[in-house]
Amino acid sequence: MIEFLSQPWPWYTSGAVIAFIMLLLFYFGKTFGFSSNFRTLCAMAGGGKQSALFDFNWRDQIWNLLFLAGSIIGGYISSVFLSGNDAVAISEATINDLAVLGIGAPEGLQPAELFSWNALLSVQGWIALVGGGFLVGFGSRYAGGCTSGHAITGLSTLQLPSFVAVIGFFIGGLFTTHVLFPIIF
Amino acid sequence: MKALKYILAGILFGIVMTKSEAISWFRIQEMFRFQGFHMYGIIGTAVAIGVVAVALIKKFKLSDVDGNLIQFPDKAKTWARYIIGGTIFGIGWALTGACPGPMFVNFGYGYLVFIVVIIAAIFGTYTYGAVMKKLP
Repeated sequence: MIEFLSQPWPWYTSGAVIAFIMLLLFYFGKTFGFSSNFRTLCAMAGGGKQSALFDFNWRDQIWNLLFLAGSIIGGYISSVFLSGNDAVAISEATINDLAVLGIGAPEGLQPAELFSWNALLSVQGWIALVGGGFLVGFGSRYAGGCTSGHAITGLSTLQLPSFVAVIGFFIGGLFTTHVLFPIIF
Repeated sequence: MKALKYILAGILFGIVMTKSEAISWFRIQEMFRFQGFHMYGIIGTAVAIGVVAVALIKKFKLSDVDGNLIQFPDKAKTWARYIIGGTIFGIGWALTGACPGPMFVNFGYGYLVFIVVIIAAIFGTYTYGAVMKKLP
């Protein structure tokens, strides 16, 4: 069983489990939306004095922070008990494209060039980790949601605003991949 | 028990995001280069099941665990924020290869440097809150 679970899961299993999580949260009377936690953390830090965005009763969002805590534990469990130690099997075309940018073929889940403490010694590392993180935090709140809130929940409930947000996600992602990356790497 | 169910749901989320490789920067790159079906398959399956399930919840007027009708309030139709905010998010998503959930899953997996990404994201949200009145 553990060996079976330790293989990379196929896309259809994964998609079904993600839909199940969304429906489970609906059943709990909540809505699947991960980026709301950033807003909650700002509110807990006293951000309500700075902006109306953070002036709300964050205790109502504790359930989502528990979900967040669970996601960290889930990552840990996967790493310790379910890790097949497989290099991510991305397509040959992607491996070749990334090689041009100086990023080696996968040896694990993440490229060591970007996701190590040493990466913070380079300008590229700062742009990707600090700059990228900042933009995710800024953009998700500006757009009113992230992948879970817009792409999964929003599209499942047929919300046109979410479809527009997802188009935005792709405009930004394609711009970064095809215009920014050749410049910064 | 009240708290535990959210933690368990989160654990399942962390495991599925890891085992589907959706937390991998490589997979996000493959997606934004249209060189693999994997990420489209994950999101597409989730949305396809979601659309049918939500339609059934509406049709049969299902209730949540507390007995309240499950409702799906419409999001406000103020378009600028979705397209501009979404684009900003997308730039960050491709840079880090992680949307908000996977940042934390990666940290739990052992890529501890993601704490830097997470702090930057919190600061990004804080900055949005400070300037939002000046934005379209």
